[in-house]
Amino acid sequence: MGSRKLLLEKAHVPGIRGYDVYRREGGYRSVEKALKTMSPDQVTEEVKKSGLRGRGGAGFPTGMKWSFLAKPEGVPRYLVCNADESEPGTFKDRYLMEFLPHLLIEGLIVSSFALGSKSTYIYIRGEYAWIPDILEQAIAEAKNNGWLGKNILGTGFDCEIYVHRGAGAYICGEETALIESLEGKRGNPRIKPPFPAVKGVWDCPTVVNNVETLAAVVPIINEGGEAYSKIGVGKSTGTKLLSACGNINKPGVYEIDMTISVEEFIFSDEYCGGIPNGKRLKACIPGGSSVPILPANLLLKTAKGETRIMNYESLSDGGFAKGSMMGSGGFIVLDEDQCVVRNTLTLARFYRHESCGQCSPCREGTGWMEKILKNIEYGKGKSSDIDLLWDIQRKIEGNTICPLGDAAAWPVAAAIRHFRDEFEWHVANPIASQNRNFGLAHYADPLEVVPA
Amino acid sequence: MADEKKLFKVTIDNITIEVEPGTSILQAARKIGGDVAPPAMCYYTKLKGSGGKCRTCLVEVASGSTADPRPMPKLVASCRTNVMDGMVVKNITSEKVIDARNGVVEMLLINHPLDCPICDQAGECHLQDLSYEHGKEGTRYEFERRTFKKHDLGPYIQLHMTRCILCYRCVFTADQLTEKRVHGVLDRGDHSEIATYIEKSLENDFIGNIIDVCPVGALTDKTFRFKNRVWFLNPVDAHRDCSHPKCSGKVTLWYRGEEVFRVTARKDQWGEVEDWICNECRFEKKATADWTIEGPTKVNRHSVISQGHYVGVVRPQEALYDVMGGRAPRLLMDIHDVSEVNRPEIDLSKLERPAHSTDFESNGADRPTK
Ligand SMILES: Cc1cc2nc3c(=O)[nH]c(=O)nc-3n(C[C@H](O)[C@H](O)[C@H](O)COP(=O)(O)O)c2cc1C
Ligand code: SF4
Ligand code: SF4
Ligand code: FES
Repeated sequence: MGSRKLLLEKAHVPGIRGYDVYRREGGYRSVEKALKTMSPDQVTEEVKKSGLRGRGGAGFPTGMKWSFLAKPEGVPRYLVCNADESEPGTFKDRYLMEFLPHLLIEGLIVSSFALGSKSTYIYIRGEYAWIPDILEQAIAEAKNNGWLGKNILGTGFDCEIYVHRGAGAYICGEETALIESLEGKRGNPRIKPPFPAVKGVWDCPTVVNNVETLAAVVPIINEGGEAYSKIGVGKSTGTKLLSACGNINKPGVYEIDMTISVEEFIFSDEYCGGIPNGKRLKACIPGGSSVPILPANLLLKTAKGETRIMNYESLSDGGFAKGSMMGSGGFIVLDEDQCVVRNTLTLARFYRHESCGQCSPCREGTGWMEKILKNIEYGKGKSSDIDLLWDIQRKIEGNTICPLGDAAAWPVAAAIRHFRDEFEWHVANPIASQNRNFGLAHYADPLEVVPA
Repeated sequence: MADEKKLFKVTIDNITIEVEPGTSILQAARKIGGDVAPPAMCYYTKLKGSGGKCRTCLVEVASGSTADPRPMPKLVASCRTNVMDGMVVKNITSEKVIDARNGVVEMLLINHPLDCPICDQAGECHLQDLSYEHGKEGTRYEFERRTFKKHDLGPYIQLHMTRCILCYRCVFTADQLTEKRVHGVLDRGDHSEIATYIEKSLENDFIGNIIDVCPVGALTDKTFRFKNRVWFLNPVDAHRDCSHPKCSGKVTLWYRGEEVFRVTARKDQWGEVEDWICNECRFEKKATADWTIEGPTKVNRHSVISQGHYVGVVRPQEALYDVMGGRAPRLLMDIHDVSEVNRPEIDLSKLERPAHSTDFESNGADRPTK
């Protein structure tokens, strides 16, 4: 039967990308409701009540973030929509912007009203070359119909939305690097504090939110924060977009309410549709490349032996040692033919290439890890390399300016933690490892449950 | 009013001092001085926005403040974290800090060429000091080190990017001191480099200061390059009435004999420039007649430069006899049995100038005359 869709419900209505169809299907109701019947603080209050958590990766409660925004007299405030989506495995924002651009614009208008942002920016990654046109078209249509510009709906609220294209750097998705880049500078993350809520774009108070987060404001206002918070469980409220890829029959973007199990998500026909060619599940990176990889046995069940559910709490159950994270929702599935060493090398190469190079542990450590992993993968590794890798990631983690350092360290740490024998096998069998895979090994065997 | 201003109490490595609100942990620790002051490779007091990058100054905050005594979850960059009233900081008393700093030093060195024997910065290089004081012997890095092409930056400044630690100090200097900034960082990550647009800012009157702020030998003075080792030079403070309105005219002249080998700005005990100087003072005024001499520069005992000042250096107490229970180490071989070097009758500490090869000529005819 499928769970309720709040964001993608209308995605398949023909012509929904254009204003007329979108409006006919009930679009821009939330703007009318918010601007005409609510105060900005009431909008923020609804978002707080909804329990919405940031969909960009960190999962910080959105309403709380909004209430932290400094509001000094006479200083402009800004809302910036983070559409830099560059985390490997993540492509949900692209889907939203490409097929439902008006949903994002609608969410941006309501959120701008709540935050008092008269100039709102969409910072979009350069590689999404065709999307700015779609967004700008939607912005123009919204403006022609009185949803943007001066004195919107006669309420006295002015708002413009601008699309700003990045030049293609993952680091510009980090909110302070994004702000630097938006200001026309080199995209180096800033040292915090001060936080953007106090000093963001042009040193003015700023909120940076993910595309999906801001789109989710539309159903929250339409249905009320309370109703939204009833979907899902615990602190995982509402619906979440997941971009599923890897060894599955049906890669794509799915909207789930956060009550289904990981097993159901991978194997049911409604979602990923299982693994092709009768292969078995070996591992999964459930939330984008930065989050810890889990072997099949720890993925489907937590260390306590409970069924793992697709939500913030359950995915992170067991902490870093025995769990992972919801992250950005980039769900990457690896079957028994995949090599974890190779996969880790690919990720390490990515982080080495994307580090901004400001802080020494990240600049130097990411390159070092890549080189060692390359040796191991190509049969030139030594057994001491595995401990060395562990030590390098440990020296990076927590010691850098921005979380990219951590994001580079975690995948390496998790791969060694859970797949150490696969690394050792590579080192011990330099020739065999060039011709065949370690395979599934014991990674799907049921684990002994340690009673809590 | 002024004397009512509340001071913040901060405890660093069990030593408590009072500092003004707004003071960074690093500056507070420098007030205490000695080993309590964390090493700083990128922060520079005079350069706005500097710091936070190299991560050598990481410290542990064991208690945030009296109001909120919780510890901070991660180590923080002391150069960019301000003290709070009642804060408790651990620097050299924290295992975590020592371990993390080891890591940072190692990272800074894995791609460094370690070409100290041919580097002009050797002897006054902060990376040398850092690795000596906070690093580990040996390296675990077994790969080819990163190199960059050399760029020609005109007559005065040599950029040797391979030695750069990307502290960004020169970028801030060019940005804040020179008229039009055409100097920055290109590319990113381990392949980022100081931009060659620096060539253009070279025309600026103050660009020479980037040589002084560079902690390593990535930016060196072409008028001095390969002319001498710094430890053979005698630094002397001097000044002149410089016509440039922004130039302090206060410098250190580096002598060998009667000759001025180079001119630099004066540096404080943390290696930071006290007052900026213009290119003319730095590159063009190399005669004693150009300057009013003030006297010998005070040199830190730890500095290798102090080894040029032979007379009056106090030798530290020898602990070895105590460690060995009063016994003297057994002499296995006297070098003079087999070699003419360091002839015992020549007392090096009596030389008022650096030792020369002539002091060791094998016929032994010319003894030191002074
Ligand atoms: C290296 C790095 C890359 C990031 N990339 C993105 C991104 O592409 N999109 C995004 O929404 N958030 C990204 N983030 C997270 C943002 O810094 C920020 O937390 C987020 O935009 C906040 O929005 P939210 O609260 O709606 O999740 C990234 C963070 C880091 C450290
Ligand atoms: S952690 Fe990496 S990406 Fe982040 S600021 Fe430091 S060098 Fe740049
Ligand atoms: S050239 Fe020197 S001052 Fe400039 S960034 Fe490199 S190390 Fe720092
Ligand atoms: S001196 Fe503080 S991080 Fe470099």
